[in-house]
Amino acid sequence: MPELSLGRAVDRAIEDAMAKDPSIVLIGEDAPMLRAPLFARFGANRVLAAPISESAFFGAAAGAAMAGLRPVVELYMVDFIAVAFDAVLNHIAKLEGFSGGGWKAPLVIRAPSGAWYGDGGQHGQSLWGTLASIPGLAVVVASTPADAYGLMTTALSHDGPVIFMEPKLLSEEWLEFLGSGGRDTVTFDVPAEGAKAQVPVSPHTVPFGKAALRRDGSDVTIVSVAVGVHRALEAAAKLEGNGVSCEVIDLRSLRPLDVETVVGSVTKTGRLLVVDEDYREFGLAGEMAAICLEAALSPRFARVCVEDTIPYARRLEDAALPNVNRIVEAATLLVDA
Amino acid sequence: MELPGLYREMLRARSYELAVEDLWNRGLIAGEMHLGTGEEAVAAGVVSQLGDGDGLALTHRCSPALVIRGLPLVPMLRELLGCEDGLCGGRGGHMHLFSKEHLAATSGIVGASLPTAAGFALANRRLRANRVAVGFTGTGAMNSGMALETLNLAVAWSLPLIVVCIDNGWAITTASEAVTGGGHLERARAFGLRASSVDGRDVMAVHKAAAKLVDHSRRGKGPAFLLATCPRLDGHFLGDPLLRMARQPVAEGKSTFAKVLSSATSRGGGGLKDRAGGMTRMMSVMARARRSPTRERRGDPMLAARNAMKKWKSERDRIDAEVATEIETAVEAALVGVEEGGDA
Repeated sequence: MPELSLGRAVDRAIEDAMAKDPSIVLIGEDAPMLRAPLFARFGANRVLAAPISESAFFGAAAGAAMAGLRPVVELYMVDFIAVAFDAVLNHIAKLEGFSGGGWKAPLVIRAPSGAWYGDGGQHGQSLWGTLASIPGLAVVVASTPADAYGLMTTALSHDGPVIFMEPKLLSEEWLEFLGSGGRDTVTFDVPAEGAKAQVPVSPHTVPFGKAALRRDGSDVTIVSVAVGVHRALEAAAKLEGNGVSCEVIDLRSLRPLDVETVVGSVTKTGRLLVVDEDYREFGLAGEMAAICLEAALSPRFARVCVEDTIPYARRLEDAALPNVNRIVEAATLLVDA
Repeated sequence: MELPGLYREMLRARSYELAVEDLWNRGLIAGEMHLGTGEEAVAAGVVSQLGDGDGLALTHRCSPALVIRGLPLVPMLRELLGCEDGLCGGRGGHMHLFSKEHLAATSGIVGASLPTAAGFALANRRLRANRVAVGFTGTGAMNSGMALETLNLAVAWSLPLIVVCIDNGWAITTASEAVTGGGHLERARAFGLRASSVDGRDVMAVHKAAAKLVDHSRRGKGPAFLLATCPRLDGHFLGDPLLRMARQPVAEGKSTFAKVLSSATSRGGGGLKDRAGGMTRMMSVMARARRSPTRERRGDPMLAARNAMKKWKSERDRIDAEVATEIETAVEAALVGVEEGGDA
């Protein structure tokens, strides 16, 4: 089992799959440089340098997937999916529905996500709530290197389109590239277990629609994804000291969603706290409340999410994100009330 | 404007960027930092044409134009330092700077400056007589749909818009021409814009070319396009790994080269030709990065401007001293209350 950073685990999953499946091609801006090992191994016919033309190369990836290839399409950041959104929303996601289920586009969109390193509100969004609301897409979010490898491997054999989210804070490579840039004068609050770990490689997979229980508890169910999972775990350890026992669920896959695990845990605890780096309104938090109501549960409920455009300044940014203190406060209120 | 005035503006922009680099290196500025070093002659030659009411839409590499446009330096620096009394309350950062007063906006989304500039031009045509808008962009961005659509829109609506396209040879870390079909001038002309190209290292040449195009648009004759070639002296952003690897291959490139070599020699994958092609292309990108001009060497427009100022030596000395004082004073004022060692 190699020890890999989360970013390298994703690269490795793609590389292993490309070696086995000649229909996989990788498309992205600066791909020959960002994915140099893949470029050197598979050449320019399978690792394609894209111009800064997201609406064109996303649309083209959809067409290529319809015609027999399996493209991995890379974004620098999920924020930039906005430029290609027509291809995603109206074409990639619609094919299966429009064709009566007979035609699917197997492609993977690799989208680094999230903030925590002071890059401003156009470069730190998560957007999985928006994306996971769209029928026809699968949306998965990795929070550990092993899950990153396993989810990407599953994505590369999935028969439809997948959006694969890779938290930049957990990805050593992205954080170096965008956050520190060779400086040793800036620091980041990187949860160690999310950023680097032993990774079981090929044939390790993580199925879609299966949440992971990261911590057992009895008083409050905390549901999250990505960096939020690690912040929730840190908060849960503090809350334990205050006599509050938290269960922490990492959804890993938002579409399809593991309703059973969430409902089962909330049935036990009677309290639900959603921790989300994405926007509060009309998103993951509301969806979690809805599935509990649909299961005839009425838990005490709170959400710690992003409520505004994410500010650039590090201190303001941290206050806007679901930091450990906000989680501890919200969980404490849930139990006290 | 004569050379001394343009030289002063170039120097203000350069000195500002060098101060920003220092603050970034000290960890006082967070995130990415795209310096506009190398673009000073283009920024000075173009922005010196603008006056009250003219709009300016910029990219992630926006500082030279904003400094020259006359935005207050202390609030700009306070913004980068993440202070709540910064230009945008510490909420924008260097890619998201806005000044309503100057009708100036920036965006970190590649290509997005052009539709914004077209909107400024549309509003100006209706609300402010003889006012224009300038949109800065680069050759990488000229492959985005929104940029090309804006060229068409500007002609269809006959907007007083001047597109300034900087050609520094790069689209992030990819050689721009490797991902571009056709020429940028020919494209602009095909859409019907009045277009010309200029050596963007020569501030007087830029000033002259920009004056013609701005005048064309001011007189209601429609949009124009200026292609200006200049170097990118400090990579895509500070700490650009490509530049680091190209300039210090042993210290910076070792682990990357090891990964590349290990993959390139793994079983399964492309044939020998594909693998060799991949390696060759990567080497050529590295060589190109190594050849890129650096500051204070041949190809640096600041050096050229300083040489051209030989005729006005005493004036040059005075400008140098005044600009140094202006920037030092601004940095000192901006740093009041900012903690060294604390993250921005």
